[in-house]
Amino acid sequence: MISNAITASNLTKKFGNFTAVDNITFNVKRGEVFGFLGANGAGKTTAIKMLIGLSKPSGGEATVAGLNLMTQSEKIKERIGYMSQKFSLYEDLTIRQNINFYGGVYGLKRKDIRTKTADILAELQLEDKADEKVGGLPLGWKQRLSFSVANVHDPDVVFLDEPTGGVDPATRRQFWEMIYAAASGGRTIFVTTHYMDEAEYCDRISIMVAGKIAALGTPGELKERFAAKSMDEVFLRLVR
Amino acid sequence: MRSFLAFVRKEFYHILRDTRTLLIILGMPIAQVLIFGYAVTNEFRNAPIAVIDQSHDELSRELINEITATGYFNLIEQPPTTDQLDALFRSGDVKLGIIIPPNFEEDFFRQKLTSLQLVADGSDPNYATTLINYSTQIIGSFQQRYAGGPARYQIGVETQLVYNPLLINAYNFIPGVVAIILLLISAMMTSLTIAKEKEMGTMDLLLVSPLSPVTIILGKVTPYVFLAMINAIIILVMGYFIFEVPVVGSLVLLFAFCLLYVLTALSLGIFISTKAASQQAAMMGSLFTLLMPSMLLSGFIFPIDSMPWPLQQISKIIPATYFIELLKGVMLKGLGREFLWQPAVVLAGMTIVLLLLSWVNFKVRTK
Repeated sequence: MISNAITASNLTKKFGNFTAVDNITFNVKRGEVFGFLGANGAGKTTAIKMLIGLSKPSGGEATVAGLNLMTQSEKIKERIGYMSQKFSLYEDLTIRQNINFYGGVYGLKRKDIRTKTADILAELQLEDKADEKVGGLPLGWKQRLSFSVANVHDPDVVFLDEPTGGVDPATRRQFWEMIYAAASGGRTIFVTTHYMDEAEYCDRISIMVAGKIAALGTPGELKERFAAKSMDEVFLRLVR
Repeated sequence: MRSFLAFVRKEFYHILRDTRTLLIILGMPIAQVLIFGYAVTNEFRNAPIAVIDQSHDELSRELINEITATGYFNLIEQPPTTDQLDALFRSGDVKLGIIIPPNFEEDFFRQKLTSLQLVADGSDPNYATTLINYSTQIIGSFQQRYAGGPARYQIGVETQLVYNPLLINAYNFIPGVVAIILLLISAMMTSLTIAKEKEMGTMDLLLVSPLSPVTIILGKVTPYVFLAMINAIIILVMGYFIFEVPVVGSLVLLFAFCLLYVLTALSLGIFISTKAASQQAAMMGSLFTLLMPSMLLSGFIFPIDSMPWPLQQISKIIPATYFIELLKGVMLKGLGREFLWQPAVVLAGMTIVLLLLSWVNFKVRTK
């Protein structure tokens, strides 16, 4: 059993002279909800892109789901799920077709796809809308569906890149309940967010500033260390 | 394999879901064939003409009858003077004037020499040339019949147009339309759909999935290969049944060449999509760099031989040029592989180069 879902040591990404991610080192434990915070342009997206194999690191080492990022990136792809900040299901296809498609992409058997589809529809209470186009759903539903689809192949690690942009607090709460449910089943969640109240929901968080990890710990620890009342204050102190 | 099939199924859903686009894709070839077949044509019937008959004898009347009986010309008026003929030209009511001199019959039989004047409206040069050619031919055969065989000391010219003896326009436009439609569907539609995935952000999801980039591209283009081939069949069948364009050569070879050209066009589409970030950019890119040159410089509308040198060079890098050559070779001339391997190799080479360029582009982007 691997205890660390993600390990990164001195992971670096350079674009020419500009260092977007500068020697970051951290571990994410299995089953953990890990918040990955930072101001815009701090290097969050670049870091996540390296971990999911969309971008090649310029230096350093990393493992994802116990596999080496440099040498086993194709294997890693089978073990991770990803939800991007753009809503990325096919709006002109039905809910069922979207689930079928991503199930098929990850090589699930037809029978498994059928049970998965039923599970997802039941969990989201969308049974009666299964054959409606995704484009007609409210944003909150779309995002929850996106999350379910990112989990369709039971990945070890799910990467969420600002999953809750633009929705109201009540819907965000529902979304986080899904995250907790997945994490309690042993799945690791790696999530970036702008919302500091969401940061409080994470088991541990790291805050990136100018390509480096400026702080890392549980929300409680960080608030103590910076003598802050809320994560908001912690964040502002670091970023300023 | 399973994931590839899932991908192709998804692409078909996209296409079938969007009925409007589907209608355009399947309706476009039909519309184009009909437009080129009936509206854009050098062939003519009932061209309006006027005759000034200054002779009014038996022979002149015979000649006028002969000309109008062909069905190509419609005698609008017989104005008495050239001034009135001028007026008819100015108003555009008449495209060709024939002036028969006085004593036409007498001169013809006694002096063995007479002359006619043909006046055509040169503001539409192609049309004017065609009218002059047709009428000259009719007058020529008329003269031979009455003079009893070709006159002595005359060079009898007998022309023969091989491969298209009746100069049927459809023999040219059916291959042309196939080339344009296949390009449109293969290059433009694929570049659009790949650009769409990028724009919507779904491309990132696909790249994060275990699908290899090659599978993604193959899955994207497979449905369009089908659509393109269906369209090729529609156009060829319409050409055969409506415009009687034959396929003299091998059908198998014909479809093999269609497939080759579709592959070339697809790799062009893929190449454009590696460059274009949005659907709009892909659209503009394919319209201006593909469609326009392919219409104008491939020999479809204007003959390549009469183009100035620089344009001839451009026509050499246009896939449609080679494809039209192949199509005409198989359909009209009945040529086999031994005569057509050269353009086929050029198309295959273009495909490989384009795929390599796309691959390099793709690599650069993911770095």
